[in-house]
Amino acid sequence: MDRETALAMPGERRKHTTSRFATTRPPRLELAPAPRWHRLIEWALRLLAASAVLAIALILIFIAKEAAPLLYSGAIRHEVTLAKMWFSQLWPGYDEAASIWQPVSEIPKFGLWPLIVGTVKVTIVSMAVAVPLGVGSALYVSQYARPRTREIVKPLIELLAGIPSVVLGFFALIVMASWFQNVLGLESRLNAIVSGVALSFAVIPVIFTLSEEAFRAVPRSYVEASTALGAARWQTVLRVLLPAASPGIAAGVALGLGRAIGETMIVLMASGNAAIVSGNFADSVRTISATIAAELSEVVFGEAHYTVLFFLGTLLFLATFFINTVGDWTIRRMKAKLGGAS
Amino acid sequence: MSTNAGPAPKDAERRRNKTSAQRVFVRTVSNRLGDATMAISSGLATALVLAILAVILFDIARSGSSHLSIAFLTQAPREGMTAGGIFPAIVGMVEMVFLMTLAGVPVGVATAIYLHEYAPAQSRLTRLIRIAVANLAGVPSIVFGLFGLGFFVQFLGAGIDKMFFGGQKVYGQPALLWAALTMAVLTLPVVIVATEEALRAVPRELREASLALGATKLQTVIHVVVPQASAGILTGMILAVSRGAGEVAPILFTGAAYFLPHLPKGLSSQFMTPSYHVYVLATQSPDVDATKPILYTTVLVLVALTFVLNIAAVVVRARVRRQNSFGH
Repeated sequence: MDRETALAMPGERRKHTTSRFATTRPPRLELAPAPRWHRLIEWALRLLAASAVLAIALILIFIAKEAAPLLYSGAIRHEVTLAKMWFSQLWPGYDEAASIWQPVSEIPKFGLWPLIVGTVKVTIVSMAVAVPLGVGSALYVSQYARPRTREIVKPLIELLAGIPSVVLGFFALIVMASWFQNVLGLESRLNAIVSGVALSFAVIPVIFTLSEEAFRAVPRSYVEASTALGAARWQTVLRVLLPAASPGIAAGVALGLGRAIGETMIVLMASGNAAIVSGNFADSVRTISATIAAELSEVVFGEAHYTVLFFLGTLLFLATFFINTVGDWTIRRMKAKLGGAS
Repeated sequence: MSTNAGPAPKDAERRRNKTSAQRVFVRTVSNRLGDATMAISSGLATALVLAILAVILFDIARSGSSHLSIAFLTQAPREGMTAGGIFPAIVGMVEMVFLMTLAGVPVGVATAIYLHEYAPAQSRLTRLIRIAVANLAGVPSIVFGLFGLGFFVQFLGAGIDKMFFGGQKVYGQPALLWAALTMAVLTLPVVIVATEEALRAVPRELREASLALGATKLQTVIHVVVPQASAGILTGMILAVSRGAGEVAPILFTGAAYFLPHLPKGLSSQFMTPSYHVYVLATQSPDVDATKPILYTTVLVLVALTFVLNIAAVVVRARVRRQNSFGH
């Protein structure tokens, strides 16, 4: 816009052309104004661009809308309330209060804690595997590998990201589960360890990509200064490179965490789907995402179970939204900081 | 070195008297050790990640290739999915991905063009859009499934039925159209990010030259910028297709079917797709061993498809980057 108006020679400038040295007036440069419909298209572009914002808003609204009857519908609140979901209840036939997820039993029980514990367990396993491997390989590819090696390794790890999660789930279910059971001598074939490790395969590329970018974004001068001061390479890596890249790595870990919490197909297929509260990682687990995927197709529209599943979806959305916003904000800040430093 | 003073000053003196060559030597040994540890451990991490990829691919290729044939790709499943092929699933996927591209790519490209060519960098709308795009990319795929069910099926579909079909269930149920639209929303960030990268690679000089020749902004965008960025836009499209072909969670409740005796008849019918087929065969099959060859071959087809798409995207993107480095 600015450039166009500058070219069109504003009126004030004409004074120069009438100075006493000028003999003939130079031809006036004037651009024809852009046709009206150009403005129209610009507005259309802006509207389409806002559709991303609209999509996020609609996602939240329409999931929360289906979950909202939990708060006001008498028929549903008769069966389940927020308090009944969050706090342990003394169910008939049980000796002590417990949080239990049994949505289709005679007395439906919607205790959330088995699902939350399951999600946390799988996430811990996957992050414990994915963070060292993702950051380690990013360090190697960005600092130690020769350029040619890097050009082969990087696309390969990105290829890992391209494997559909249902394929990773399949691999965990059919192949890995038996290996793990034989090697570790586990009681149940499908458990938090198998599904967590399989899940880490989906998380590693996320952490790798962002960490590698962060390592490479560290200004060369930092490394040169450290080397000039007599630091060895490993000292430079540990005390200069790693701290300087840490916001980017943190962002990668955050985005990977969001992916781990929300990933569905891998845990649905490989976690065993037993909703039990236990600290043992070798037990079968049921995560929030897998619960939605497994149960939504069997519920009646509008009943308590349906509403609770949408409530779980809302929880999942809010949790990942929070994690991603923090991660995104960290990336932005890192870029601004490093942009100013170099 | 040998003095008869007390032990404390002796130690200090010894340290002071150590020649600089000795000091360098000590430091080099520990540094060599440190460097080696660092290089080896990070190299091992890389090797392990690559090994994981290799093992997965090897296992799938070995067990899947024995059953792969033209017939597998062109026949419908038979005998409770223990024989036959995956032809209907391939057709369903192509239709779904085509609709998804048709709906999603124009919106994504328009968003990227607005963000990169028109939007003032610091305006509130721009920042809002960027945050929305980043978060959209992080929304779990199962949440997209819930959204598709709540918005497209229960709200739009049921609304259309009420208005045009007198309450008869036509669009108010899982359908090809709704699955494709859900997937279009899911892949929107992929298209936006790739397109924006491509737009960034178009040299400033080209835009300026076009403007200096008297073209308007829109003419510049349509005739100069977008053609220059077309390879990058293609990358985004390919990546979106690859993602759409592989995702299962968003279409679980919005249109995918276990088994259909016929191909999808229209926008409102359900469809089969290889990714969902893998899930069904792996988890719902009454006889796992009987379906295993079919299962492995379906996985092989799915992985091969997404890999071909991803490699194509990498190649196109590498070309864009090279172009970019020449431009500056």
